[in-house]
Amino acid sequence: MIETIINSDIFLLTLTIALYLLGGAIFRRTHIVFMHPTLLTAAAIIAFLSLLDIDYATYREATSIIDFALGLAVVALGYLMYEQSEKIRGREKAVFAATLAGTVIGLLSVVLIAQAFGTEREIITSIAPKSVTVPIAIAVAEPRGGLVAVTSVVVFCTGILGSIIGPTVLSMSGVKDPLAKGFALGAASHGIGTARAIELGAIEGAMAGLAMALTGVATAVLFPIVEKYLY
Amino acid sequence: MQGLFCILICWVVGNAVSYLIDGYVSGNIIGMLLMFICLKFKVFNPEAVRPVAKFLLGTMALFFVPFGVGLMVSYREILDNTAAIVVATVVSTIAVIVGAGWVFQLLNRSKR
Repeated sequence: MIETIINSDIFLLTLTIALYLLGGAIFRRTHIVFMHPTLLTAAAIIAFLSLLDIDYATYREATSIIDFALGLAVVALGYLMYEQSEKIRGREKAVFAATLAGTVIGLLSVVLIAQAFGTEREIITSIAPKSVTVPIAIAVAEPRGGLVAVTSVVVFCTGILGSIIGPTVLSMSGVKDPLAKGFALGAASHGIGTARAIELGAIEGAMAGLAMALTGVATAVLFPIVEKYLY
Repeated sequence: MQGLFCILICWVVGNAVSYLIDGYVSGNIIGMLLMFICLKFKVFNPEAVRPVAKFLLGTMALFFVPFGVGLMVSYREILDNTAAIVVATVVSTIAVIVGAGWVFQLLNRSKR
């Protein structure tokens, strides 16, 4: 009987949410980035599934409602864009050009470097959208044959990396404009970079949030072209 | 409820558009753009969309968990390509920060 309950969809879904709430509580106490609730929950679930010999396909199926919620959340990002679009009046040119620059540099550099290492197509597709927020990165990589687990991990690490080295890289390269700093952090490191930018100041944070949304859209539009002509 | 309806209708139309353009951009991303446009042109009331949007965006980190769990089947691919992934990610992240920062600063300054 216990086995039937444990293998049921509703149990696995409830367990995921329970562990996530627990992970959130741990994260709020420790405030260490690597104690992120998503990481803790995923690690605990992996341990649980391996221990009880439940395969990933069963888990995916049980939590398919979460995929649906993620789809809704991507559409909801449009609301975030709307909120932030009010703040760019008079700076459209800088915002547009920096979005394009950040997106093109990001896509080309990842693809070319990975190619130089002789990496397979599947992996290149998985890591190409590394600078954009996870839901958009998945929406970009998944339909084109990327491995979503690889995408999520690389996107997360890029976020952490950018938020740690970002401010130093910016001051070393002579970027002093607070708006430019915020924008660069959001363009390179999505939500985690935005959190770092908010620590620098409100205006930096707003620019980072905007950069995150815009580079996400630009990546979705430009990546298929890069994929078609570059590899 | 009205907010959820706004989100769903954007997604449905987004999927239809995505189908028409042969899946070039996925339906939920087109839905996101439609949501932005509908709010901008006051087709939707932002007050109605806000509560659902805030809830979804605030809970988003939970939605990535199943993908993270996918590591139990695809960790090999990461281990086999560690060098390429690390070098590409680090170099590219620095390049994006410098590139986007410079371009923004240059154009924002010349404007004034």
